[in-house]
Amino acid sequence: MSETRPEIEAIEVIDRDLSPEALEQRLAQTWATPRTLYGWLATADHKIIGRRYIVTAFVFLILGGVLALAMRAQLAGPENRLVSADLYNQLFTMHGSNMMFLFAVPVMEAVAVYLVPLMVGTRNIAFPRLNAFSYWIYLAGGLLLWAAFLLQMGPDVGWFAYVPLSGPQYGAGKRSDIWAQMITFTELSALAVAVEIVVTVFKQRAPGMTLARIPLFVWSMLVTSFLIILAMPAIVMASTSLILDRLVGTHFFNPAEGGDVLLYQHLFWFFGHPEVYIIFLPAVGMVSTIVPTFARRPVFGYLALVLALIATGILAFTLWVHHMFVTGLPRVGESFFTASSMAIAVPSGIQIFCWLATMWHGRPVLATPMLFVLAFFATFVLGGLTGVMVASVPLDTQVHDTYFVVAHFHYVLIGGAVFPLMGAIYYWYPKFTGRMMSERLGRWVAGLVFVGFNLAFFPMHLLGLAGMPRRVYTYQPEMGWGGANLFVSLSSVILAAGFLLFFIDALRSARYGARAADNPWDAGTLEWATASPPPSYNFGHIPVVTSANPLWEERGPLPVATGLRAGRRELLVTTVAEAQPEARETSPRNSIWPLMTALTTTVMLIWSIFSPWAVVWGSIPIGISLIGWFWPKGTPEDEA
Amino acid sequence: MRGFGAGFALLCAGCSGWQSAIDPAGPESRNLQHLLWLFFGVSAAVWVLVMLVLAVALMRRAAPSTAPLRPGSRGERGSAIAVSAAVAATAIVLVGLTVGSYRATSALGARGDEPLMVRLRGYQWWWEVTYLDPLPERVFVTANELHIPVGRAVTVDLVAADVIHSFWLPNLAGKQDLVPGRDNRISFTADRPGIYRGQCAEFCGLQHAHMSFFVIAEPPADFERWRSTQLQPAVAPMDTEQEAGQQLVTGKACAACHAVRGTGAVGTLAPDLTHVASRTYLAAGLLPMTRGSLAAWVADPQTIKPGNNMPAVPLSSDKLRSISAYLASLK
Repeated sequence: MSETRPEIEAIEVIDRDLSPEALEQRLAQTWATPRTLYGWLATADHKIIGRRYIVTAFVFLILGGVLALAMRAQLAGPENRLVSADLYNQLFTMHGSNMMFLFAVPVMEAVAVYLVPLMVGTRNIAFPRLNAFSYWIYLAGGLLLWAAFLLQMGPDVGWFAYVPLSGPQYGAGKRSDIWAQMITFTELSALAVAVEIVVTVFKQRAPGMTLARIPLFVWSMLVTSFLIILAMPAIVMASTSLILDRLVGTHFFNPAEGGDVLLYQHLFWFFGHPEVYIIFLPAVGMVSTIVPTFARRPVFGYLALVLALIATGILAFTLWVHHMFVTGLPRVGESFFTASSMAIAVPSGIQIFCWLATMWHGRPVLATPMLFVLAFFATFVLGGLTGVMVASVPLDTQVHDTYFVVAHFHYVLIGGAVFPLMGAIYYWYPKFTGRMMSERLGRWVAGLVFVGFNLAFFPMHLLGLAGMPRRVYTYQPEMGWGGANLFVSLSSVILAAGFLLFFIDALRSARYGARAADNPWDAGTLEWATASPPPSYNFGHIPVVTSANPLWEERGPLPVATGLRAGRRELLVTTVAEAQPEARETSPRNSIWPLMTALTTTVMLIWSIFSPWAVVWGSIPIGISLIGWFWPKGTPEDEA
Repeated sequence: MRGFGAGFALLCAGCSGWQSAIDPAGPESRNLQHLLWLFFGVSAAVWVLVMLVLAVALMRRAAPSTAPLRPGSRGERGSAIAVSAAVAATAIVLVGLTVGSYRATSALGARGDEPLMVRLRGYQWWWEVTYLDPLPERVFVTANELHIPVGRAVTVDLVAADVIHSFWLPNLAGKQDLVPGRDNRISFTADRPGIYRGQCAEFCGLQHAHMSFFVIAEPPADFERWRSTQLQPAVAPMDTEQEAGQQLVTGKACAACHAVRGTGAVGTLAPDLTHVASRTYLAAGLLPMTRGSLAAWVADPQTIKPGNNMPAVPLSSDKLRSISAYLASLK
């Protein structure tokens, strides 16, 4: 390669040889996503994709919430004829599947896609094209599920789709296939993001960010990503063998042919229980980030919190059987799972106590994000305690599959995950958009959501004890559940009003919110060291980290590392434990091929619902789009 | 404080009822209820304690600080000890609850001498009940309703005919699934007479909401009287209308699925009708048993319980009247 060609010189230019203004200009040129349709479809910028992911996930939250309101309208009175049995069964199946697979898991990953690279001080996420692919495939899975529902083909077998009800004999039509294939879409996107996060955290941390200086949200996402990588294969197995049973007549789950009905449940819950922690651990990371910022001091017990995250992650794989306590498994085995289910309360306790100690020794400021943390405390602790109840085999024989359990898991999922998430949106919104959300509306949102939630869900504990099973489309007047159900349904309107106000605030603030400074909360972690919103290249120079809260330790500008080429998408690769600089690595450019691959994969997966040959013929276009994706571009390091 | 009081008040009607986990009528469910109160008490105490600490932590410092504080300030050692103690206390409480849970489980496993043996087969969306006995002539089949003698243990074998169902009888026992390819059982004893309602607790398809059953606990003498009646074949028609009804039931589509012992109707796919009118409810807990309900059900089962497996058979009003007269005579 000739060394006199001017454009090569421009590409090879090192950041320290440029003035700050020239550097910014050159980096923006290198990293920017063109504001064209092609740019929009081909971008590999983790912030654009992360934002897109967050918005999409919240749209699915709204849709799932509408389903919940429809169910509450039906249950408001006994023998209500508003919704038919068939539609109701689709409603709760859609609600559960949508909230778990299209909202809760993706939204946590979405926040991580946006924030993790910023929090570890790098220019882009690892495998940015895979990241783009993961978004498109997630969107396709969501559209598949909702299109099926609108065509009256929505799955109607519950979000865990137990066989034989979902199997070839009893699950008529294509409803269960659509459910199982939607799972495949979300598996793909979740696994892709998990791999990106692990590599980003292990190899792209800013120099000096040793393992003991990683922000706790990043730690929580690292543990979550490992959970995804270890748990997803079980659901791949479950949904794939379900499709095989239905499509090509295998008998994995047919007891008449030597299959086993409970095998499905084991596979499902070996994924399904860690799934709960896949949703919960990121929320814990958010709390561990918000609490120190507003308590105005570093978190108490950093090491204990990290170990609690890891312990929760490991224990999460040892308690799936508590979803199967009444299937008739041997009592001794069940007792083991009672003990392990109770044991997971210990790491949760450690985290609660450390946050309390942080506040105790800090000077807490009750800004909106902190209000959501307080709402989280009151509801999550209660949900955790009812979790201890359902962990007990004998108690579970009463409350399993009743409204008590419905109350319990909404306490841990909404109280434990959605409240911190809403706090996190208020907290990071200025970073995402450059504008603040409204403190005044935020207080109303927190109040309405907290009060509405508790009024709507607390009585469900009592309904369950009073005999109401879950997943019933109606009940008879003589059961005496009418009053409580009406109360719950009316309260759900308060909760919905809180969410509505939240979305109004988010939309309004995007345009009219007060301008945000780089670090409006005076927080300590790296994402606040860059502009709000961050430039396409994240940081002009890669910061060097000397403590767990670099912005609190260095009240002035951070020390930086130099030596990256400004004319190429280069980032710094560091060692796993100590984050010592190791190498300069090129980050891929924008490409349309991840979208093409997602499209061809979507065609193959949907086609395979109807014919097994889709797997054969549908692979050919996927192969072609992958060739496009990985085609060598002739950049210097590729030739070296 | 958060309106929970209102929720409690609204629920009082449902808490002590014929399908309630907190209104036990036997030793097994009472055992579960005691355990529930233990867990509930401990949980309430823990929750209140955490909230108190949180409130104090928030109120301790009046003046918010602008600059971030540095760790290592005074009193942090004390907090480290407090956190460790709290974690240790959590572990101890959990061990205690686990032991309590084990003890309750082993009490559940205990079974009385010579229990009454019943086999329950779950269908979409009804229950076939078979009273088992070493003597074949003392075995009989009924549906959606169990009679049990007060004070004697009952063991129910649980079998699934199609998909997974779950037997839940909260006043007397917890629940246990009916799983295809697997034999499960559950045992319980009623120590006071009464009518207890149970319901399928595992989602089993379209009419999962309407898959209930009744357990009627009665003094042993009453139970024996009931059993000897059930062992009899169906009563003969007493007038011409009932006779016409019998002709229709045994000759028409009914007999393909239903059985009426002592007649030509020997179907096994649907509830046994030999003593159908002796049961308290029709269609798995959906309609109180009256001649009117029987007529309504035969005339239009798909409106009353959409999607159930009983087809609507077109019948003239005369025929419908004779069928309902006959069925209502099957005490």
